Amino acid sequence: MTMGIAEPRVAAAADTRREERTDRIVGIVQRQGAPAVLILVVLISLAAFPNFRSFDNTATILVAAAPPMLIALGMTFVILTGGIDLSVGSLYVLGGVLAAWASQYGFVAAFAAPLLVCGAIGVANGLLIAYTRMAPFIVTLAALLGARGLMRAISSEGSETFLVKSDAFRRLGNGSFLDIGYQVWLVAGLVVLGMVLLARTGFGRAVYAVGGSEDAAALMGVAVRRTKVWVYVMSGLLAGVAGAINAAKLGSGVTVLGTGMELDAIAAVVIGGTLLTGGAGSIAGTVAGVLLLGVIQNLINQVGNLNSNWQQVISGTFLALVVVAQTYLVKLRRIN
Amino acid sequence: MLEVLDVSKIFPGVRALDQVSFRLQAGEVHALVGENGAGKSTLIKVLTGVYQPDSGELRYDGRTAQFGTPMDAQHAGISTIYQEVNLIPLMSVAHNLFLGREPRNRLGLLDENRMHRDAREILAGYGVTADVRRRLGTLALGEQQMVALARAVMIDAKVVIMDEPTSSLEPREVETLFGVIRELHGRGIGIIYVSHRLDELYQICDAVTILRDGKVVHTGKLADLERIRLVSLMLGREMSEVRREGATAFSGAATGDTGAAPVLRASGLTSRRKLHDISFEVRPGEVVGLGGLLGAGRSETIKAIGGAYPLDSGDVQVNGVDLKKPTTVRAVRAGIAVQPEDRKAEGIIAGLSVRENIALAVLPQLSRLGLVSESKIDAIVEKYMTRLRIKASSPHQLVGDLSGGNQQKVLLARLLATGPKVLLLDEPTRGIDVGAKAEVQSLIDELAAEGLGVVLVSSDAEELIEGADRVVVLRDGVVVGVLTGAQVTTEDLMSAIAAGGNE
Repeated sequence: MTMGIAEPRVAAAADTRREERTDRIVGIVQRQGAPAVLILVVLISLAAFPNFRSFDNTATILVAAAPPMLIALGMTFVILTGGIDLSVGSLYVLGGVLAAWASQYGFVAAFAAPLLVCGAIGVANGLLIAYTRMAPFIVTLAALLGARGLMRAISSEGSETFLVKSDAFRRLGNGSFLDIGYQVWLVAGLVVLGMVLLARTGFGRAVYAVGGSEDAAALMGVAVRRTKVWVYVMSGLLAGVAGAINAAKLGSGVTVLGTGMELDAIAAVVIGGTLLTGGAGSIAGTVAGVLLLGVIQNLINQVGNLNSNWQQVISGTFLALVVVAQTYLVKLRRIN
Repeated sequence: MLEVLDVSKIFPGVRALDQVSFRLQAGEVHALVGENGAGKSTLIKVLTGVYQPDSGELRYDGRTAQFGTPMDAQHAGISTIYQEVNLIPLMSVAHNLFLGREPRNRLGLLDENRMHRDAREILAGYGVTADVRRRLGTLALGEQQMVALARAVMIDAKVVIMDEPTSSLEPREVETLFGVIRELHGRGIGIIYVSHRLDELYQICDAVTILRDGKVVHTGKLADLERIRLVSLMLGREMSEVRREGATAFSGAATGDTGAAPVLRASGLTSRRKLHDISFEVRPGEVVGLGGLLGAGRSETIKAIGGAYPLDSGDVQVNGVDLKKPTTVRAVRAGIAVQPEDRKAEGIIAGLSVRENIALAVLPQLSRLGLVSESKIDAIVEKYMTRLRIKASSPHQLVGDLSGGNQQKVLLARLLATGPKVLLLDEPTRGIDVGAKAEVQSLIDELAAEGLGVVLVSSDAEELIEGADRVVVLRDGVVVGVLTGAQVTTEDLMSAIAAGGNE
């Protein structure tokens, strides 16, 4: 017995070293893959399209990416817990309509109305998912339908478009600081807040823990249900804010937006390296994912003769590639 | 300090705990032993707030206590290390260690640097030197277990419950673990230690409580209890009462040892930590039993032969033909049929009919150009339903609606339909009623008589003794004895299992 043990141990130590190295490399690819691709695409664009270079164009990309960024931010938290939120597209339109309608009562009301209603729907989502253990897919699908119905009800079947009455609110949509739109600053602030929340607070760790292994998290004393409720509330609130800032930009509550936005958000989060099964991922990745989709759209607009539907073909292809790569990387980590 | 009084817990159809009383003193290492289904896990879950007892009382620190959730128990100072490590593989080692108790900086945010530093220091005391920023899932199982232990001890535990903590540890790691246990012991922490490794129990435990069928059959100082007595209490056989003939339907006639060439020869089966150089052979018409306690490597051996458990080295031969590295496909082609231990998870498909379940494995043999002859399937299904006396309203009844015994027969029918040469049975009569049990047992006899080689794993000592012509006894993945002929008795089996670890 004693003789036989020594040799495997040496081999095991070498194994461990190799495992550690593979793990580190795979980890870097998983975390930094999306930003790296984003930089690559931007560099190619700079070389190929003279117009891409202009500051105006950059500002356009950022402003266009602001609402999707907020939705994807909320979605990142939800997906990290292993859930999904399909209701955000509807909440986004609902938020926009509510903000435009409430702007007649002033700036604060224009934010409060969408926050209250979308937040309440988020609470309902979260409570149903956490306490009745219904599938997030079904619960939020119901909320998607419900919120869309609510939006149509208050806008007379979608035919009535509320105009933004508050000047202050409209300035939020059109004004800028250092030539970059206020809404971009707002979104950037919320993203940084989200990063701190996720990386440096107990709540953030709980989010990862719930997604990593719900049972283990419960046994380790994580408040699983409370964590779940909060991520759906956040997702709802952020979708509401996204709708509000979009209404501020457009000057009205447009009722025909938002279809499929939840899927774009999910795509951006997954492209950003967050596992759809939960437990691993980052907001930095999501930011890169959203910007990547935005840049691709911008490029396709620049190539004048290309139908904008090609943007979805390219995004779809991208998503498929990322998912395949993720599956492979995860397997690589497990086997070792 | 932690005590349960007359606690009962009833699940549909099972009395998992029946008036169980158990008392853990401060600074005591208390062994909790019993075979599968004896109620150990249920008792632990009652102690840690996962289950609520149906009746009886839980006392902690001299007061009546009630733990509504595992959290309540943890806050009260009861920590548990579960059999499968219950940490989060995707999170870093340090985060796992500190989850919920992370050090904060002045702004109330997590202080990562301090956390990593503390984690390194704490884990060094447990012999874990891996980078604490690595994902936990990339560590060896033994190291993960140490992290779990460190976590448990960190939260000011007064009671630590360890459920088979050494099952995935290497000898060196076991030493480290024992060092930690002795230290905890010195600090007056009570430890409940669940293990099937008798050597370990005698090395580290002060007291023992033995459970069987949901009842306490013995409790007291471990040093006062002989090994063989412990084993007989666990398995539920009074040595003086052991009768050679009786409770099972096996004929008892030794059918094997015909001098024929072995149909199955396993040699040198070795798999990291679980199996060490296991060799045995089975002749046609012979029933070879694999004996040993839970975790001795019986199921792993069977799975390895069937190609469903990874082997580091070792050969499997069927009728003298080497399987090379066994895979499930090669094993099935060579004529090895495995009946897995967990019928529901790995065997039958509850949502399919009896007919579909039986035909599943023979489909490749029956199909021409990918098309399957329905009439051939009907013939096979008909044959085995009659032969095995499967009681179903029709071949189209869903298997999930049948009784456990009939489900088991459907599974056997599927295996037999492939025309195997060797049948590997893992707990073929577990969880089925007495009548069906007898039928399955006599069926095994019949099959052997027809020339099949059979390997039988059973936790039921009587079934093993009376069913097998020879018994290969395993302990900790090593063959520790082979009982043949007149030696195949419950007494010999128990002494082989209990024999000291001084080889």
